[in-house]
Amino acid sequence: MASELAIDVHGMTKRFGKHIAVNDVALQVGSGEICGFLGPNGSGKTTFIRMLCGLLKADAGSGTCLGFDVITESEDIKRQVGYMTQRFSFYEDLSISENLDFVARMYSLGNRHTAVNASIEKLGLVERRNQLAGELSGGWKQRLALAACMLHEPKLLLLDEPTAGVDPKARREFWEEIHQLAAQGLTFLIATHYMDEAERCHRLAFISNGTLLIRGTVREVIDETHLTTWSVSGPDLLNLARQLRDVPGIEQTVPFGNTLRVSGNDPEAVENAISPHRNSSYNWRPVDSSLEDVFIHLMNKPKDGPSS
Amino acid sequence: MISKVGISPSRFWAMVVKEFIQMRRDRVTFAIMVGIPLIQLTLFGFAINSDPRHLPAAMIINDNGPMARTVLYSLQNSTYFDFVRQVGTEAEGRKILERGEAQFVINVPENFTRDLLRGNRPSILIEADATDPSATSNALGSLRSLLDTALQNDLKGPLSYLSSVTGPIDLQIHALYNPEANTQYNIVPGLMGVVLTMTTVMITALAITRELESGTMENLLSMPTRPVEVLVGKIVPYILVGYIQLLLILTAAHFLFHVPMVGSLVLLLAVAFVFITANLAMGITFSTIAKNQRQAIQMAFFFFLPSILLSGFMFPFRGMPQWAQMIGELLPLTHFLRIVRGIVLKGNGLVDVLAQLWQIVLFAVIAVTIGVKRYRRTLD
Ligand SMILES: Nc1ncnc2c1ncn2[C@@H]1O[C@H](COP(=O)(O)OP(=O)(O)OP(=O)(O)O)[C@@H](O)[C@H]1O
Ligand SMILES: [Mg+2]
Repeated sequence: MASELAIDVHGMTKRFGKHIAVNDVALQVGSGEICGFLGPNGSGKTTFIRMLCGLLKADAGSGTCLGFDVITESEDIKRQVGYMTQRFSFYEDLSISENLDFVARMYSLGNRHTAVNASIEKLGLVERRNQLAGELSGGWKQRLALAACMLHEPKLLLLDEPTAGVDPKARREFWEEIHQLAAQGLTFLIATHYMDEAERCHRLAFISNGTLLIRGTVREVIDETHLTTWSVSGPDLLNLARQLRDVPGIEQTVPFGNTLRVSGNDPEAVENAISPHRNSSYNWRPVDSSLEDVFIHLMNKPKDGPSS
Repeated sequence: MISKVGISPSRFWAMVVKEFIQMRRDRVTFAIMVGIPLIQLTLFGFAINSDPRHLPAAMIINDNGPMARTVLYSLQNSTYFDFVRQVGTEAEGRKILERGEAQFVINVPENFTRDLLRGNRPSILIEADATDPSATSNALGSLRSLLDTALQNDLKGPLSYLSSVTGPIDLQIHALYNPEANTQYNIVPGLMGVVLTMTTVMITALAITRELESGTMENLLSMPTRPVEVLVGKIVPYILVGYIQLLLILTAAHFLFHVPMVGSLVLLLAVAFVFITANLAMGITFSTIAKNQRQAIQMAFFFFLPSILLSGFMFPFRGMPQWAQMIGELLPLTHFLRIVRGIVLKGNGLVDVLAQLWQIVLFAVIAVTIGVKRYRRTLD
């Protein structure tokens, strides 16, 4: 991975009245890296991304984005950043090609027609290019927005839940393309709620209640959380789950197909908790914690920040 | 590092094209833009064409001679005047006018018959409430001939020498409350300015707030745009709408209302460009201040009210109190009305026009400047 940092910010803070939406967040993303941005609803992902591209004024914080000062040089940042908003924010009363044309003009693209046509072709929307954007289905809107924010060949892409509502095939194609582009040196910060997508990222950042709890590769994040997980199969798992849920040391009991996943932060506490049920009718085995287990664990954490 | 980005023709044009397409697609708004001038013209045109009769009149009669009676009968017979009551003094007559109980007070002086027969040209004083000139002007205009024909019957035989005098009666008309006596011709040219003010301010007032409410502002702001590009780009397409309205009114003025065009049409169209732009600029500035479309509409309305009331369209400018005139001088419509009436009715040329035009230009520049300053570059 390139040593140069595409995003390098510290102490980013944003308040809305009394509420602190983003609290002292530092984030470094290297060039060519795909960084997944995770966190529960309302944790401050969108707010943080907006501060990066100058859409919101940070109350505190400093750093650079593509080498430009994140506070004072947002005009320069905007020209090289592609920002895909969480909510569809292209013009619904403009057709697909008109929207793309608008974007192309906005970035003063020299080869506007070629760029727009290529983009439409790649989207596979050639026959529907004159359809109004407002008439597209939700998933197609997402795909149009994604295409539009890549039109000017930005160096850094800030994608706010780009695949929400997109079908699996298109999602796979999207991730394939992301990886190709990353290999060419593009940098991605992608907010997502999908764990399978998070696992496709080079690195992850997890934010909760405006505070960045953990950063690192998928492996690092899972390891650092020190979560112990057991998988159990047997009769009436729902009943077992109900019994285990309130036992101290157990944090999660999640039905998973024909098994139940039981996890907790303290390995000994977990073993103590499950020991009464380790009999012949149940088949227990320790498993690796999944990203989702970790995610839920982090989400359930009390607000006073990371314990590790 | 300096992060000043210059104004880009490409981005400006992106806005223009986008706004133009949106304007074209928004059928309802477009229909309203064309509909408003048509409705206004019809309404005002109706007022202009009407020839109101049976207007309430009060009389002060200090002469009981036959000639006085002849005069009053003929007025009543004309159906323009309905005598509602008789009053004793002029002061009383004024009160009645003020209260609107009568539109006219007709004062026949003492010894009217005697003086008439002696050839002394006695005067008949008619005071008219000319607040609404289109209501009174026809009645007043018909007076002279009414009186002459009426008296012709009485002034026959030995008295015929009287009718040869240039009018046996000295007719004195005082038009009160509206000394300028706006004529019908004043209204249609004025209407141009009023319709343009009403509609153009409104369209652009919605421009930015609509983007805010639909969420497209987030996208727009994430692109490297300058406020001037966005604001001016949003103004340009609507200049065309202004011209469509203007042409509608001009056509109607010519074919329906037969308003003469003394001056240069080209000059008028050129001046209109400045006026339309000034109003659009005002609207866009409201748009940068308002938080939502409702507020924007309210602001546009608050601008429209003084424009229509204090510009000299509704009330004669010189008849207004000093403070109202000062406010009026600030408004583009005031100057545009003077220009239009000057060109259409008096045949004013460029030099005459410039005296008013620069004030509209100044207004537009200030409006855009405030707009650019107020334009929010972030979502905060
Ligand atoms: N313009 C605003 N005014 C006031 N509060 C806001 C504003 N925007 C966001 N917030 C608050 O800031 C917090 C973070 O919101 P944000 O949209 O960044 O969350 P998020 O992580 O993107 O959530 P989601 O996953 O639902 O998209 C929330 O509590 C939200 O209510
Ligand atoms: Mg969000």
